[in-house]
Amino acid sequence: MISPIRRATVDGNEAAAAVAYALTETLAIYPITPSSPMAESCDEWAAKGRKNLWGTIPRMVEMQSEAGAAGALHGMLQAGALSTSFTASQGLLLMIPNLYKIAGELHPFVLHVTARTLATHALSIFGDHSDVMACRQIGMAMLASATPQEAQDMAAVAHAATLRTRVPFMHFFDGFRTSHEVAKIDLLPEGALRALVDEADVEAFRRRALTPDAPVLRGTAQNPDAFFQAREACNPFYAVLPGVVEDLFAKLEELTGRPYRLFEYEGAPDAERVVVIIGSGAETSAECSAWLNAHGEKTGVLKVRLFRPWSVAHFAAALPDTVKAIAVLDRTKEPGAVGEPLYQDVVTSLAEARTAGLLPRSCDPVVVGGRYGLSSKEFTPSMVRAVFDELKAEAPRNHFTIGIVDDVSGTSLAWDREWDIESDDVTRAVFYGLGSDGTVGANKNTIKIIGEETDNFAQGYFVYDSKKAGAVTISHLRFGPRPIRSTYLVSRANFVGVHQWEFFDRLDVLDVAAPGAVVLVNSVHGPEAVWAALPREAQETIVTRKLRLYTIDAYRVARETGMGGRVNTIMQTCFFAISGVLPRDEAIAQIKKAIEKTYARKGPEVVQKNFAAVDATLASLHEVVVPAAADSDRHRPPPVPEDAPDFVQRVTGMMLAGRGDLLPVSAFPVDGSWPTGTTKWEKRNIAQEIPVWDADLCIQCNKCVLVCPHAAVRAKYYEPSVLDLAPPTFKHAAFRSTAMEGMKFTIQIAAEDCTGCTLCVQVCPAKDKANPRHKALDMAPQLPLREAERANYEFFLGLAEPDRKLMKAEVKAVQFYEPLIEYSGACAGCGETPYIKLLTQMFGDRLFMANATGCSSIYGGNLPSTPYTTNREGRGPAWSNSLFEDNAEYGLGIRVALDKHHEQAQELLKLLAAQAGDQLVADLLGGYSSDEATIAAQRERVLVLREKLRGVDDLAARRLELLADYLVKKSVWIVGGDGWAYDIGFGGLDHVLWSGRDVNILVMDTEVYSNTGGQSSKATPMGASAKFAVSGKEQPKKDLALYAMMNGTAYVSRVAFGAKDGQTVQAFFEAEQFPGPSLVLAYSHCIAHGYGMEHGLEQQKLAVESGYWPLFRYNPHRTAPGEEPLKLDSAAPKIPLSKYLANELRYRILERSNPEHARALQAAAQKQVTSHFEIYQRLRDSMKVPAEPASN
Amino acid sequence: MDLTTEYLGLRLKNPLLPGASPLVDNLDSVRRLEDAGAAAIVMHSLFEEQIALEARAELNHVDAHEFSFAEATTYLPAADDFALGPDRYLEQIGKIKRTVGIPVIASLNGVTPGGWTSYAKLMEDAGADALEVNVYYLPTDPLQSSADVETQVLDVTKLVTDAVGIPVAVKLSPFFSALPHFARQLHDAGARGLVLFNRFYQPDLDPEALDVKPSLQLSDPYELRLRLRWLAILSATMSGDLSASGGVHSGLDAIKALMAGATTVQMVSVLLQQGPGHFAEVLKFVDRWLDEHEYESLAQLRGSLNLRTCPDPSAFERANYLKILQSWSGR
Repeated sequence: MISPIRRATVDGNEAAAAVAYALTETLAIYPITPSSPMAESCDEWAAKGRKNLWGTIPRMVEMQSEAGAAGALHGMLQAGALSTSFTASQGLLLMIPNLYKIAGELHPFVLHVTARTLATHALSIFGDHSDVMACRQIGMAMLASATPQEAQDMAAVAHAATLRTRVPFMHFFDGFRTSHEVAKIDLLPEGALRALVDEADVEAFRRRALTPDAPVLRGTAQNPDAFFQAREACNPFYAVLPGVVEDLFAKLEELTGRPYRLFEYEGAPDAERVVVIIGSGAETSAECSAWLNAHGEKTGVLKVRLFRPWSVAHFAAALPDTVKAIAVLDRTKEPGAVGEPLYQDVVTSLAEARTAGLLPRSCDPVVVGGRYGLSSKEFTPSMVRAVFDELKAEAPRNHFTIGIVDDVSGTSLAWDREWDIESDDVTRAVFYGLGSDGTVGANKNTIKIIGEETDNFAQGYFVYDSKKAGAVTISHLRFGPRPIRSTYLVSRANFVGVHQWEFFDRLDVLDVAAPGAVVLVNSVHGPEAVWAALPREAQETIVTRKLRLYTIDAYRVARETGMGGRVNTIMQTCFFAISGVLPRDEAIAQIKKAIEKTYARKGPEVVQKNFAAVDATLASLHEVVVPAAADSDRHRPPPVPEDAPDFVQRVTGMMLAGRGDLLPVSAFPVDGSWPTGTTKWEKRNIAQEIPVWDADLCIQCNKCVLVCPHAAVRAKYYEPSVLDLAPPTFKHAAFRSTAMEGMKFTIQIAAEDCTGCTLCVQVCPAKDKANPRHKALDMAPQLPLREAERANYEFFLGLAEPDRKLMKAEVKAVQFYEPLIEYSGACAGCGETPYIKLLTQMFGDRLFMANATGCSSIYGGNLPSTPYTTNREGRGPAWSNSLFEDNAEYGLGIRVALDKHHEQAQELLKLLAAQAGDQLVADLLGGYSSDEATIAAQRERVLVLREKLRGVDDLAARRLELLADYLVKKSVWIVGGDGWAYDIGFGGLDHVLWSGRDVNILVMDTEVYSNTGGQSSKATPMGASAKFAVSGKEQPKKDLALYAMMNGTAYVSRVAFGAKDGQTVQAFFEAEQFPGPSLVLAYSHCIAHGYGMEHGLEQQKLAVESGYWPLFRYNPHRTAPGEEPLKLDSAAPKIPLSKYLANELRYRILERSNPEHARALQAAAQKQVTSHFEIYQRLRDSMKVPAEPASN
Repeated sequence: MDLTTEYLGLRLKNPLLPGASPLVDNLDSVRRLEDAGAAAIVMHSLFEEQIALEARAELNHVDAHEFSFAEATTYLPAADDFALGPDRYLEQIGKIKRTVGIPVIASLNGVTPGGWTSYAKLMEDAGADALEVNVYYLPTDPLQSSADVETQVLDVTKLVTDAVGIPVAVKLSPFFSALPHFARQLHDAGARGLVLFNRFYQPDLDPEALDVKPSLQLSDPYELRLRLRWLAILSATMSGDLSASGGVHSGLDAIKALMAGATTVQMVSVLLQQGPGHFAEVLKFVDRWLDEHEYESLAQLRGSLNLRTCPDPSAFERANYLKILQSWSGR
């Protein structure tokens, strides 16, 4: 070994990225979960000036898509720069065409892949091998890692081996399970990297670079006479590759003491039953096998590291020839194949090996294949045992599944959910927290403290929510004297931290507690009252499992020490105090050290407050005396109310309760279709405070309704007589409307669905004249209001909906209509959802939505619950998500289909004119319009038509019945964020804008890739810091609006509802009416901008007032005399740009890190804003049509 | 004319200083100020409130979103190396020191004794030649007495003067009921000088929106009058240095401030309006004016119209006000 071992607690992504960075000169990157953190780390290291192995800072370029990144990488390699990249899932698929080229030309290159599920019937961000297995034919070497330690080591081997062999490498590890698992690893010293990478290989690579100084030509087109032979010419490179990797493994072992094999066998030397597996599941399998062998069985695990090129010889050599049965486990699914890829390789290899004499003829095991772990489905020792048990059978089941209950095809093996083999000397802790309370951050510190300050090994894995507001986090921590190989969640914890009291009513948080475990509860109830406050189910678990109960009022300690809602350090201190992992004083000293490290840059005040919280904690921590029996009458409420529909009860409810893993295959739709309108059954009660309406003060502008991101503020007008049945606290006022005199008006809050963002209060213009601090909406604590408001809201929902024929393109009028997206999982104060909600209010009952992947597809369609809903007639948005990159095309396809349906319906109508009646047919043919009155009339006509068709005995009538609804005009909206519209989907967007088809495109511009964590896009403004633009974006934001206007055939508008809501409504209306493509660019404030979302509307105003975001509507059809095709809806800049920028941390970051550069960029940005506004003014003036036609 | 001045124990080439302003954010303008004759650079204030607010804002709006969602464990670049204002400020002291040859006076703004006062020492370490402690405080609590306020300011002053070896001046607001007494106490607490006065942001009201609008207006030469009076009163009895700040726009304003007893004269608004170059004009004016009026030295002029030396001291006292009213009513 070359130097003393340095250990660190890092996750798999960081472990791999550190090596990649050290061995790279250029990177082409693009964000995709779960690989993004690798690229982010590299960008940050580069910004900080970290150098690679050759003493130079790697340079990176963010591309518009993974396809773009692959193209750039090919170029980088061709020109002789050591290059790398990171990707996953669909991103990897987009790279495939270039990867063939890179492999075909034998460019040494490493692509690090966090293996992730491919989108099929649904998207999933989680881990399996469906993406990498779709690449096994490319000609890249494929090297797998199973742990964060291996992610580092295999990364190094991959980089060294690709240089040696010239064959490009795909280094992959399991998304999330490995990429996001935090573990204590032995760091590779720089010397080891130098020893592994041969400078001669680097030199040879450099010499092969394409250069005009000594040109060759690459990228020829070859004909039948040449191609085949030339394609076979690369074979020797693949032939030597396994040997090269083996040599590098040997070298690595020499350097670090860590042995690796191409096929690594672990288990009984005379094993009869063997599992073959790739990736993190191998660790769990080995753990199980070791237990079985210790209990008298003969099992083993063959871990595959080098998957391509596959070496039959090495495979055969690694396999014990005593084996009688093999189960090959694939973490992927190939419907219709003989079996999954690894299974097929094993079967073929055995046959070849026997033929070649590499295995004795007597070695003729039964081989079965099985699927496990799709989309990070849990894979536990008990499941592995079930597989080994199955291999004992005379004829073990083939093509089985493990980890689910398949009651449809009967593929699944049964396993014992209770069986557990975790050793008692491993501390296993599970913490339930809220994202906002800092639990995960504190737990990461805990792992670092234990991992780096003690001899213990440590592991942390974090399970997050699919909701962004009020998100629950579950931290799974393990500490023990040996390296931890358990690549599955903790199921028998000896410490359970419940950091938020309300979880007891939502989840079975104690289900993970092992008998005798310690439970730490944050509660306002105090040590005497906390027992009585627990629901009966929790009490029973505590009694029957003999759990020890501790409680602290961490909310109070946090309040008193100025920590607000951050209970993390308080709960962390309790954990150390109770668990005794470290002596108490030492633990506190270490916590303080970690606090100082984490918060030093936030100033002494924050550090002091955290210290004070730590110091105040122990005095408030109490052990609770647990009675002998449960005595509470209060039960945990069901996850959904009992009157919820059957599917919601059976499926959604289980998922909401965190028990979705128990659902069998038959519970699920076969094609990914999912019922809408299910968020309404999930009352989350996440707001501490909700708005309270003052009926007398309200001026009935309905602005609060418009801005509410979660459709939790609603307005209706109604007949006064209905109030007879109103609950006692239901508030109302006389409706201020001359046309509807005598009617009543109510603003009603959905108290249990509100997130407490306060946007409604911010926008409320109605102030009490004597006390302007009091507005028509004020925030007040939710709990005392909850019951009454629940009844009020229910009553409110029962009130009649307004007549859609009265729809006007005005804020107040539109906001009376029912939103058909409600209570989504978007962030509190989200700047996107008000636009979508508006869409559904205006056109929701005839709306098609093609939604690009991103935030809007997540809050729109991430299970368990679905926010898009239907009106009383059962109509509502037809929402769907195809991919990230194809959304414009996808929406266009829908339009084309609808137009064809309409055309056919018209043809059939004409054909059946005699039976349907000439007048009806004429009316139906003429009634295809977006006007609400026409739509209502047309729907009536369709009903009449259906009635008439029923009696017609003609195939044409049957066909028309299926198409009749398409006689009513549908509204197609293509919706997505800036990452899609400006970058990855721009080609499609461009094409659709030129298509002439009647589609509407809504781009919710947050100016970064919000969903993946705020990476820079071409919409990111100059001077802002974002991931991949840590040093500040140097280029100005792309003006997509200007570009789209140049087309001259599309409607284009730029809106910002916080600045001018009326213009937004007007633009949506005009876009929908416009008989061609329309583009609406919508300013969307976002948490990635780094300020409180309650100021989102104010920032929108400043964006407009500074001229940064000029509002306009461009309609190329406004060409009558005196008309202006381009209407500027906002005035010339009134305030300096700096006034807008100063409030957002994304700009302040650069001011702090490089003030001079920040000032230079801001000055350039100001100049650009000023000149841009002038361009718009000149455009407007030049387009203006003279009032009188000019005479010749 | 020899304009050299001793201020806070620093030997300055003249009595004119650019006051605390954003001009010092830019090394270019710092250089231009030195070229224009600035005797020292007074840095803008590092705000106690700002330090705490930024930290709190980050906790609430950035950290609160971290580690909540699998696809995005954070939403902004990791800011490990992006220091809050203070570190940047300390760096800027060093940069200015390396850029110019004149003394650099750092400025710290706060009112409660707390963690932030530790920055005083860091400023000294970063190379500051002196410190201006800006006590910027509006008492709104009816339970807090003027004595409480004074005690708090004295505590802060003592804390800072104890912590550092460099001279410390205290910048005050004009709203103290017994300024001469308080000034003496500050001197006893270790303050080498006083800066008269800081200017509060004066919020405006928006009657349409029923709201208060924070606003910052540049100073007006009229504001000098208040400074002249207190310079005249304090310089008559005080042994420490006095610096005039607020309302000095021209050379003649500077002459007046010096005559009232200012050791140094600070300018901000006029430099923001007219640029660092204006500094040279004021300096030239002062120099010429002294020559033209045949002053032998600056010392001869300094304090020549203070409470002790002016022909009519009552003009600085309450009578001043009455007299004007009488003269108005007599018209």
